[in-house]
Amino acid sequence: MSQNHNHPTEHHELNWIQKYVFSVDHKVIGIQYALTGLTFLFFGFCLMMLMRWQLAFPGEPLPLIGKLFSDTTMPGGVMLPEFYNSLGAMHGTIMVFLGVVPLAVGGFGNYLVPLQIGAADMAFPKLNAASYWSYFMGGVIMLISFFVPGGPANSGWTSYPPLSDIASTGQTVWLLGMVFLITSSLLGSVNFIVTIVQMRAKGLSFFRMPFFVWAQFVTSFLLLLAFPPLEAAAVLQLMDRVAGTSFFLPSGLVVSGNPLTIAGGGNPVLWQHLFWFLAHPEVYVLILPAIGIVTEIIVNNTRKPLYGYKTLVYSVLFLGFMSFVVWAHHMFMTGMGTTMSSFFQATTMIISIPSVVILTCLIITLWGASIRFTLPMHFALAFLPMFAIGGLTGLPLGLTTSDIHLHDTYYVIGHFHYVVAPGTLFALFAGIYHWYPKATGRMMNTLLGKLHFWISFLAINGIFMPMFIQGIAGVSRRLHTPTMYAHAQAVQGTNVFMSCSAWILGLAQLLFIVNFFMSLKNGKKTNDNPWNGTTLEWSTPTPPPHGNFTKPPIVYRGPYEYSVPGHATDFIPQVQPN
Amino acid sequence: MSSALIPYIDEPHPVTGVTNSKLGVWLFLASEVMLFGALFSSYIILRVGAVTWPHGSAILNVPLATLNTMVLITSSVTMVMSWASLKMNKFGKFRFYLGSTIFLAFVFLVVKAFEYGAKFEHHHFPSTDNFYGLYFTLTGLHGLHILGGIVVNLYLLFPGSKLWKTNPEQFAGRVECAGLYWHFVDLVWIFLFPVLYLL
Amino acid sequence: MLPEAAPMENPHYGWGFPPDVSTYGAVIDHLIIVIHWFMLVLFVGWGIFFVYCLIRFRQRPGHKASYESAHTKFPKFLEVGIALFEAFLLIAVSYPVWSKLRYQLPEEKDSLVIRIVAQQFVWNIHYPGKDNVFGKTDPKLISDSNPLGLDMTDPASADDIVSVSQLHIPVNKPVIAKLSSKDVIHGFSIPVLRVKHDVIPGMVFPIWFQAKETGQFEIACAQLCGVGHTLMRGFVSIDTPEQYDAWMAEQVAQLIPPPAATPVTAPTTPAPAPATHE
Repeated sequence: MSQNHNHPTEHHELNWIQKYVFSVDHKVIGIQYALTGLTFLFFGFCLMMLMRWQLAFPGEPLPLIGKLFSDTTMPGGVMLPEFYNSLGAMHGTIMVFLGVVPLAVGGFGNYLVPLQIGAADMAFPKLNAASYWSYFMGGVIMLISFFVPGGPANSGWTSYPPLSDIASTGQTVWLLGMVFLITSSLLGSVNFIVTIVQMRAKGLSFFRMPFFVWAQFVTSFLLLLAFPPLEAAAVLQLMDRVAGTSFFLPSGLVVSGNPLTIAGGGNPVLWQHLFWFLAHPEVYVLILPAIGIVTEIIVNNTRKPLYGYKTLVYSVLFLGFMSFVVWAHHMFMTGMGTTMSSFFQATTMIISIPSVVILTCLIITLWGASIRFTLPMHFALAFLPMFAIGGLTGLPLGLTTSDIHLHDTYYVIGHFHYVVAPGTLFALFAGIYHWYPKATGRMMNTLLGKLHFWISFLAINGIFMPMFIQGIAGVSRRLHTPTMYAHAQAVQGTNVFMSCSAWILGLAQLLFIVNFFMSLKNGKKTNDNPWNGTTLEWSTPTPPPHGNFTKPPIVYRGPYEYSVPGHATDFIPQVQPN
Repeated sequence: MSSALIPYIDEPHPVTGVTNSKLGVWLFLASEVMLFGALFSSYIILRVGAVTWPHGSAILNVPLATLNTMVLITSSVTMVMSWASLKMNKFGKFRFYLGSTIFLAFVFLVVKAFEYGAKFEHHHFPSTDNFYGLYFTLTGLHGLHILGGIVVNLYLLFPGSKLWKTNPEQFAGRVECAGLYWHFVDLVWIFLFPVLYLL
Repeated sequence: MLPEAAPMENPHYGWGFPPDVSTYGAVIDHLIIVIHWFMLVLFVGWGIFFVYCLIRFRQRPGHKASYESAHTKFPKFLEVGIALFEAFLLIAVSYPVWSKLRYQLPEEKDSLVIRIVAQQFVWNIHYPGKDNVFGKTDPKLISDSNPLGLDMTDPASADDIVSVSQLHIPVNKPVIAKLSSKDVIHGFSIPVLRVKHDVIPGMVFPIWFQAKETGQFEIACAQLCGVGHTLMRGFVSIDTPEQYDAWMAEQVAQLIPPPAATPVTAPTTPAPAPATHE
C-alpha cells in the first residue's frame, strides 16, 4: 500500500497484519503509540499505588492482593525495601519513557502533525513504523526486567553510579531497554523534523503553522540532540557492569566490607552530567506537546485568535535552546565550584522567563473571548493554574541557597509531578477528548467526562499539594518508611491523605477508560468538524483515509482566524479560499 | 514511494534545496555528533581527573592505526567516486567503487581485530584501566558504526541496486546519503586517531 | 546496628520548617519564604485575571468574541518585573549566601574539624582527637571493627575517635566536616542545621556549619544509596561544652590502647623483639 508505488493509482489490498499491526500509516502508528502509552501509564500508576500503600501504612501487609506477591517482593504482603526501590525506579522510568512521551509525541504528534500541515503522511513512513516497534521492544524489555533475579532496576530512574554500577541484573536490562527507547526517539525526531520542514502544504508558511506543530518541532530537536549523551552514558555504564570497566567507579571502593576489584579512576559525577544533559531537555519534551495541545483547545474554545502567536513561537524556540544549558541545576549538591553554580543558577532563572511568557499569553487569550466550556476545555483550562504551580515551585529549587533545604526532598517530587500530572496528563486527556471525534467519528460522553475531570482534579491536587508540606518539613525522597524520622512522623498524616487521594484518582480513571471504549460503539455520531475548528485536520474526512486529503490542500490563511469581523461564521478554516 | 503521496523523495525541495532523505541524514549526523561528542567529553573528564594517564603512542600500535586511517580516507574517496559514477551514468564503475569501499571497510575492521587480539593476548582488557576502557569503548562503538555502514553499502550494492532501473535519481540520492554517513564515520576516526593514539 | 525510629523529645516538628538551630539557617528559610510570597503574588494575580476572564468572557447569547487582541503593555511590565526580581534574588541573595556557605569556610584552628565517611548504611564520624591530626587511613585495613581503615601504626591515629552514626558537636563553635564515602553516593543531611551535601566516593567535600542551640536531632540520607537508604538515620547531639567534653572523655576511655613500646630497661631474660613499635 505505502511500499514502493510505481503507479500512483495502484492499490494492493492489505491484510489485517499490514493494515493494523505493521502499518506504515502515521495515523495507525499514532494510535498504536497512544494505546501502548496509555497502557503503560496505567501500569506505572499501579506501581505507584503499591508505593502509596507502603508510605501511608509502613510495614503493614497490603490487603486482598498482598498475598499475590512473591517472597522476594512482599513476603506476607509486607513490602521489602528493595521492592520499594524497584517500584520507585520503574514508576519513574515507565511514566516518563514508556507513558507520557510516547503518548504526547508518538501518539498526538504522529497522528496530528501530518494532518495539520496538510501532508499525506510522515516523510519516512517505514521509519515511523520502526520507531514504534523499537519503543515496543524497549517496553517489553523493561517489563521483562521485573522477572530477572534481583528484580528490576532499583537505583532510581536517575540510575546514579556507583549504586547502579553494582546493582543487580535488572539494571543491565534497564540499560538495554533504554537503548531501544532512545533509538525509537531518535528515529522519530528525524521523521518529525523532516516532515515539518519539507512537507508543509502550499501556503502553509512556518508562521501559519498551528502552535501545536511548533511545539512538536522544538520537541523533536530536543529529542534529537539531547538523547545521544544518555546513549553514550548507557554504553559506558553497560561497560562498567558487563566488561568490568571503571568509568564511573573511583578507586578504593569498599562495598559491604569487600574492596571492589576494579581499576578505579572513574568519576561518578560524569554519569550525572551525561544523564542530566538529556534529562533536563527531556522534561521540556514532557511539557511542550502538552502546551501545544492546550493552546489548540483553548483557542478553539475561545473563538478568537491566539494572543501573541509570534511571541509564543519565539518563546518556545528560546526555551528549547535554553533547555540545553540548565542541566546541572539537578546537581547543585555535588560540590561544584563558583563558576558552575553561578552559571547554572543564572540560566535556570533565565529559562523561567519564556515559561512565564507562554503561560501569560495563554491566559490573556481568554480576554475578549467567547469561552465555550466544552469537555476538552475543562482540562485545558485546568492545565494553566496547575502548570503555574509546577513552574513556580521550580524557583526555590533553581537557586542553590534555597535548594540546600529542599534538594532531594518531597518538595522536588511535588514540583515535577505538578508539571507532569495535573499539567501534561490533563493536557493529554484534553487532547483525547478533543480529537477523539476526528479519529472515530463519535463524541465521548460528556457527563462521564466531566465527572472524570472534577474527581481527577480534586484528587490529583490532594496527592501532590501535601508534598510541598512534606518537603518544607525536610522529608527526604525515596524513603520506604518515612516514619523512621521524627521530622517525617510529624507529617505522616499527609501520607494517609495522599494515598486516599491516589485511590480516588485511580477509580476516577475507570470513568475515562469506560468512556473511551464505550464511545467507540455508542458515542454520539458527529460530522468532520464538531468543534468548528480552523486547522487542517478538521477539513479531512472522518476518520481521515490513507493519504489524508482527497487532494493536496492549499492554505490561504493563518491557523486561528476566529470571529473575523464581517464574516458570516465565527471561524474560517485555513483551507478556505475566501 | 509514489511522489504523488510523499514529495521530495527524488527531487529536492525548492526552498531547502535538499531531498527528505538528505535532510534526514544530516539530522541523524547531528545526533551522532552529540553521541561521539559526549564520549569525547567523557574522555576529557576522565583523563583530566586521572592521577596518571599513559601516552597513547606508548601503548597502542600507531603504525597500524596510521594504516587504518589511510584505509578509511581512501574508502571515503571511493565512496564519493561511486556516487559520482552514478551521476555520470556509469553503473559498472559505481559497483566497482562501492565494492572497493566495502572492501576497505572490511580491511579496517580486520586490522582492528588484529589490534584488539594483540591487546587481549597481553591481558589488556577494557577493565584493565580507564585508558583501555575508553580505547576499547570508543573504537568499539566506532567499529559498530563501520559495520553499520558496511551493511548499508552491501544493501545498496546488491538488492538495493534494483532501484537504479526504476528510479535512478532516488537511487543516486540513497548512495549520496550513505556517503554522507560514511564520511562522518571517517571523520570520527580522524578525531579518534590523534586523541587515542597520539596524545 | 539498626537505628530505631524513636520519637524525639526536644524539638517541635510539625508542618512547616523544622526548627532552625543553625547560625545561617535563617537566611535560607527567609529566602524560601520570600520566594513563596513572590509565587503567591504571581499565582493569585494570574488566578484572579483567569477567573475574571472565565466569568466575564463566557459564551452567552449576544456576546461575541473579539478578533482584535488585547492591546496592553502589561505583560511586558510583568515579564520585566519578574525577570528583575529573579535577578535580584539571584545576584543579591543566592550568590553571596551560597558563597559564604560553601566557599568561605571558617578557620580550621577555630573550628572542630571532623571527617564523615558514609557507607551503606551508616555515617562514620572521625574525630582527630587531642592532637588535631587525623590518623592515616587505608582502604585495605577496613573491617567491621575498623570501618575507616584507620592505620594504627600511624602515631596520629592513637587518639582518633570513630563514632558510628552518633555525631556530637559543641554548640556555638564552627564545625568543618570533610565528607566522603566508601561505596556509593549518599547525601549528608541535618535538616535542623540546614546542612545538605552529596557525599561522593572518590571525592572529599569540606562543609561547615555552626549550631546555636543545644539538643538531640537527626541525620538523614538525602540520596538513594540502596536497600538501607531509609535506615541510614543518624543522631546529632549538640552539646554544651561540658557535655561535649564529657562525651569525648567517654570515647577516649574506650580507645584500645596502642601496642606497648619495647621496654627500655634490659629484660632479665632475652626476649624477642616485639613485632610492632610505637
